[in-house]
Amino acid sequence: MSAIPKEEYLYKCTSACAGCSSSLCLRYVLKAAGPDSVLVIPACCTSVIQGTYPGTAMSVPVYNVAFAASAACASGMSEAFAAMGRETNVIVYAGDGGTVDIGIQALSGAFERGTNFLYICYDNEAYGNTGMQRSGATPLGARTTTTPGGKPTTKKDLDRIVEAHNPPYMATACSAYPLDLYKKVKKALSIEGPKFIHVLAPCPPGWRYPTEKTVEMGKLAVKTGTWILYEREYGKLTINGPSKAAMRKPAPLEDYIRGQGRFKNVSPEILNLMRQQVQQNIERLSREEAGVC
Amino acid sequence: MLTIATGNKAVAAAVKAAKPGVIAAYPITPQTEIVEQIADYVAGGDLESRYIPVESEHSAMAACIGASVGGVRTFTATSSHGLLYMHEMVHWAAGARLPIVMANVNRALGPGWNIWAEHTDAFSQRDTGWLQVFVGTVQEAYDATLMAFKVAEDERVLLPLMVNLDGFALSHITQSLETVDIGDFLPPYHLPHAIDTENPLGYGPVTGPADYVRFRWDIERSMRDARGVIAEVEREFAERFGRSYGPTEDYRCEDADVIVVAMGTLGKEAEVAIDRLRDAGIKAGSMRLRWFRPFPDLDLAGREVVVIDRDYSFGFGGVVAHAIRSKTGIEPYSVIAGLGGQEVTYNDIADFVRNRRPGTETWFGVSDHV
Amino acid sequence: MYEIRIHSRGGQGGVTAAKLLALAAFRDGKHATAFPFYGTERRGAPVVSFVRIDDEPIKVYSQIHEPDLVIVLDTSIMDVVDVLDGLKTDGTVLLNSAHPITGCNGACRYVDLTGIALAENLVVAGSPILNTPVIGALAKMGIVTLPSAEKAIREMFSDERNVKAARAAYEELKI
Ligand SMILES: Cc1ncc(C[n+]2csc(CCOP(=O)(O)OP(=O)(O)O)c2C)c(N)n1
Ligand code: SF4
Ligand SMILES: [Mg+2]
Repeated sequence: MSAIPKEEYLYKCTSACAGCSSSLCLRYVLKAAGPDSVLVIPACCTSVIQGTYPGTAMSVPVYNVAFAASAACASGMSEAFAAMGRETNVIVYAGDGGTVDIGIQALSGAFERGTNFLYICYDNEAYGNTGMQRSGATPLGARTTTTPGGKPTTKKDLDRIVEAHNPPYMATACSAYPLDLYKKVKKALSIEGPKFIHVLAPCPPGWRYPTEKTVEMGKLAVKTGTWILYEREYGKLTINGPSKAAMRKPAPLEDYIRGQGRFKNVSPEILNLMRQQVQQNIERLSREEAGVC
Repeated sequence: MLTIATGNKAVAAAVKAAKPGVIAAYPITPQTEIVEQIADYVAGGDLESRYIPVESEHSAMAACIGASVGGVRTFTATSSHGLLYMHEMVHWAAGARLPIVMANVNRALGPGWNIWAEHTDAFSQRDTGWLQVFVGTVQEAYDATLMAFKVAEDERVLLPLMVNLDGFALSHITQSLETVDIGDFLPPYHLPHAIDTENPLGYGPVTGPADYVRFRWDIERSMRDARGVIAEVEREFAERFGRSYGPTEDYRCEDADVIVVAMGTLGKEAEVAIDRLRDAGIKAGSMRLRWFRPFPDLDLAGREVVVIDRDYSFGFGGVVAHAIRSKTGIEPYSVIAGLGGQEVTYNDIADFVRNRRPGTETWFGVSDHV
Repeated sequence: MYEIRIHSRGGQGGVTAAKLLALAAFRDGKHATAFPFYGTERRGAPVVSFVRIDDEPIKVYSQIHEPDLVIVLDTSIMDVVDVLDGLKTDGTVLLNSAHPITGCNGACRYVDLTGIALAENLVVAGSPILNTPVIGALAKMGIVTLPSAEKAIREMFSDERNVKAARAAYEELKI
């Protein structure tokens, strides 16, 4: 494994909240992608984190575009570079809302067309930019400003939607495992066609936990099996290290839930449903990896 | 009840009083507080609406269309890019003759991202067949939202209505608010062409030119009739609740030689400028344009006019200045000011009046224009 | 018209303090408006809020450029923002600080709002609540009356410690 480069493409002066894990992810994404890359960013926290005109917190070109439009805009850019014979990486860095809700049509279109790009969805499980309203990626039971009593429905299974497009490479990642993310971005960018990485990005103000717990929160998501780290190359599934152990013997879900204000007062019934979901997910992926379908 | 509230909270309070059957909305700064407050009302049992947390604004308006023709009162709120993203359905709602009420918190458009006040978002929906009113105070945001349902649902109108309030300047300012017990001010929702399986109709199928023209003319006829309906509703509102509104809010206009025409909060700020100008011996007045569609008849004959546009139609000019010119024949002094939340004070407005050059256009804060 | 500018950091309660003050003035029978200037920054960035109080209805929406009173809830902001900018020559400054601060000329007043909040254990998400004690200090300065200040606090918060903190600030501020 080559060492992670020292070069920084995301400067430390961003206007992210303290303890923001998504900006940490972006740092590693850019380190893996290197300078011959363009970021395409729909409306999201990253629109703000990058700073205010005429400043920028990044040393690669950043193309900001309308909320629903990132994958389509990246399609155009990728084709333009192809037409010019350029090898520049086109990377969408979009929030969960911009991916599973308003942007899903453009995402689906770009993957079906085989656009050569990397789409990264950093998932803080709500609309962070506008102050933490629910998104389709908000988990069951989580309180947001538009689900004050807890979200009554489950998290949209984005990965299975993307999987249905049969991309050459897709992976999940988590901000608490930056080296894993770095490697996945490297690998994705070495492959031609539409690539997808779904990164869980804990968010202190949204999930309501103290800022210093950001890494711990990501680790707990993985250790409890709530978030499973895997890769899928040309359809073939590989569960990654930290999740292998977690899937054999997941830590109690309460360890993850307890520290988050958004899950305060979840009913025992909801908690039970959450537990069942985690279990089902683990079983489904284990079966698939073992070749039993 | 007498309290204080922000413009957003006032809109939400009016919606609570109007009790829509369905509310579908999507968050966007600076409108989000409306959506959050409504979600809170619904979750707390203070409002028995069904709240649909849609995945985009296109779907917000589409859901309102489905609900409205389905037979219930509907409401949504948006701003800026949200309004633009729903544009197709904004046209649809009017063409389908559905009395949907929408609050639009006026905000500039990207790129670059800008979350502050501007009127270009609403004006970009100018030709959709929606009624549009612009408010200037928190109280007016509440009152206009209540009246909006009554105007839109009137059988002589049956067109959707957009209540516009300036982003941050009004959406986030705290002022006094008197909420009212609306009693029977709003009659039960009745849509003559609501979906009815006893009377199965085809809605919006392929329509040939001759019929299409008649449908379009019918929209315009209702727009014209809406003027009278608005006046009636505003009169009834004044009688019941003691606050009166009209197509414009005129301030010290009677003997004025020069009149400032502006909209939203700049129209209120202009009143302060007028007092300063009067103190200095300049006979000025102000006219805050409240209704934009249907556009009212304005009595400006014999005056000089200074129009402040918080918007622009590129390659042409200020939208309001153009409307005044074409409606009254007067060549105004056109000032483009307040774009993207640009700070414009009453002193600036007084200067616009002092330095007016009728027949010309000036961009406030830009020094290199010819 | 009396014009107040409040400097704080996002999340410290400056915006709520402005609302509370407007409500208290309103309960005094005055006209009042309060509004924040929001940037797009996340938590912790400097935020400015404005309050206007008058006997007549207030039609001004523009920002306050020449305040009568400047309130600084977090004095660390003074390193990055010129909080005295435009202050009227006879204007006043109220600082959340236990001690006088060099560089604050003119009529400066100090009150340890953070200390008062901590003494009442008024802490949310690790930060002391400053917006209710500051209203007590403002009552002492005669901007609003103490009964209206208390009334406003009770209208917005159910926790009685907020009223106690406001009273403590009222007692503590030396006029
Ligand atoms: C068409 C449109 N609707 C709404 C918005 C307002 N908006 C901007 S960002 C955002 C939420 C973004 O959420 P997500 O994609 O999860 O990213 P995050 O902010 O959490 O990083 C919303 C609702 C917009 N910019 N454009
Ligand atoms: S809201 Fe969450 S994702 Fe957005 S900048 Fe703050 S910590 Fe990061
Ligand atoms: Mg998000």
